[in-house]
Amino acid sequence: MTRRDETSPVGLPGERDPADPADPAVSDEEDPGARRRERVRKLTAAVLAVAVLVLVPVMLPNPTITSIGVFTLIFMTGATAWNGFNGYSGYVSLGHAAFYGTGAYAFAMLAKHVGLQPGYSLFALVPLAGLVAGVVAIPFGVVALRTRRHQFVIVTIAVFFVFQLLAYNLSWLGGSLGLFVSQPSWPGETFNDRYYYAALVVLVLTVALYVKMRNSRFGLQLCAIRDDEDRALSVGVHVGRVKLVAFVISAIPVGMVGAIYAYFVGQVLPQFAFDPLFDVAIAVMCFTGGMGTLTGPLIGALLLEPLQQYITLQFSASAIYLVVYGALFLLVILFLPRGLIPTTAQAWRARRSVTPEEPVELGAPPLAALRRRLVSGGGAR
Amino acid sequence: MSAALEVSGVSKSFGGVRALSLCDLQVEEGTIAGLIGPNGSGKTTLFNVVTGYERIRQGEVHFRGRRITNSPPDTVFKLGLGRTFQLTRIFARLTVMENMLVATQHREGWLRSMLHSPHAPGERRRALELLEFVGLAAARDKPAGVLSYGQQRLLEFAYILVADPQVILLDEPASGVNLTLIEQLADRIRDCNAEGRTFLVVEHNMEFVMGLCDKVTVMHQGRTIMSGAPEEVRAHPDVLDAYLGGDFPRADELAGA
Repeated sequence: MTRRDETSPVGLPGERDPADPADPAVSDEEDPGARRRERVRKLTAAVLAVAVLVLVPVMLPNPTITSIGVFTLIFMTGATAWNGFNGYSGYVSLGHAAFYGTGAYAFAMLAKHVGLQPGYSLFALVPLAGLVAGVVAIPFGVVALRTRRHQFVIVTIAVFFVFQLLAYNLSWLGGSLGLFVSQPSWPGETFNDRYYYAALVVLVLTVALYVKMRNSRFGLQLCAIRDDEDRALSVGVHVGRVKLVAFVISAIPVGMVGAIYAYFVGQVLPQFAFDPLFDVAIAVMCFTGGMGTLTGPLIGALLLEPLQQYITLQFSASAIYLVVYGALFLLVILFLPRGLIPTTAQAWRARRSVTPEEPVELGAPPLAALRRRLVSGGGAR
Repeated sequence: MSAALEVSGVSKSFGGVRALSLCDLQVEEGTIAGLIGPNGSGKTTLFNVVTGYERIRQGEVHFRGRRITNSPPDTVFKLGLGRTFQLTRIFARLTVMENMLVATQHREGWLRSMLHSPHAPGERRRALELLEFVGLAAARDKPAGVLSYGQQRLLEFAYILVADPQVILLDEPASGVNLTLIEQLADRIRDCNAEGRTFLVVEHNMEFVMGLCDKVTVMHQGRTIMSGAPEEVRAHPDVLDAYLGGDFPRADELAGA
């Protein structure tokens, strides 16, 4: 064993077994070109996706469709933000509807008292409503995040119902009659488009935020907390602060789409603004698409929210979608325990790579991998 | 030489069980110290006390002259005291490279940590160097959960080094690791020690401890019963007593085992 001099930083050990089969891969330096190409490809895909979303109201100028579109964008944003906390930290909050409602109520109150005429200018209040939701999330988070995992779920539900009860009972919030938001007199056939594009802007900003966050050290630390919270603590992660900041940040986009909802619908009622099913719907969307991925929640919401709207409109029964969601959730848990995106991505990679890699098992092993292992005879790699 | 780590008069009970009773320990700067003792003698509890995972009401812990009694784990780590766990704990769903980037050398607020990309070339290069140092660079883009247990141990060791700690506590680094990797790990520990890092190693693998450590401390029933050079400790009747309960083979027989 050669000892290196004191001045050299921790670096390459002098000797290495040249017979090591893994070695050749070590010698090739990090390829920045591949990373850049990957980034360009992802950016192109994102721009295309946004372009398609921009064109929807132009190509399909039908108020029914654009109305479904507004709700879909609202839920895509909500799912992305929810996943931004829950999917990465591993904590499950069923109280995010509190921020949706707070955003909606904050918008209605602000619209009433600020004295702006109904019109485009009212959209300026949307970020403000998001901020209110963020501020409200601070004490919520401080209390709820004292608990871990399962207790956290219960506490978020409890705190959420406190919010709902307050909305029902505070007279300055209109009690059970809620609040009205006066709407502008835009022509009926393009009325929805304004809300659609406002929601699209919020969605793009939210996704951009979480792309940035996932690739930051903060994002890594959040994932580290999901994988092993105590371990994260011992590598110097300020666990409490990281969780709280992530929680508060995820409340802001939810508050913003709550505000757009309030403006779009024109009335804020406690049972719809503070709706416990909001979190259930979003959770199903995220699980369907894939928790802890960027595209999963978007795809989940894109599939499920139009479905829900369609069922509601088609059968004029607002509760049937719950049955559908329940059934779907069961199917997802049974057949796609990791969600659509991770499962298909893995299948895609397996098809492309010449030498199939050892399947990465997270959670339940996919059926195909299980079968392969059984066929190949026991645990042999 | 000054003490890198000094534990004095620490007691810790869990209910009626006294895990540590008036335990003392000194680790000199720049050494590799071993900590041995039978199962349940309090070694891991002592680690937990030092690194802030267990709070104590009696006793003091000093790290390089600074009192760190009951400091939380993240603070202890930031001061330059890293540790591994008895059962390896890596971030299974992050890639090997991402594991390396969770910790940082710098103090960094949450806003900075959000805006600043850990994938900056400098940081990646250093992380890659450390991965090469433990022989895991080829696996950098694999999820850490697919590594073998021994490789996970090496990864755990590597990502502690990212933050450049001066003192490292290793809790049974060789358990469940194959012989080749054990030797590799021992070499890496010696390398780091040659750079001036101090180690405290808990280990049951006597060959590993005796071959690696400058000084070995023996714990029994929550207190340190002796410490000295490996050969000295190996032959000491109290140690054999503690390990084997009185009726023991002679020292030279044990040495041959």
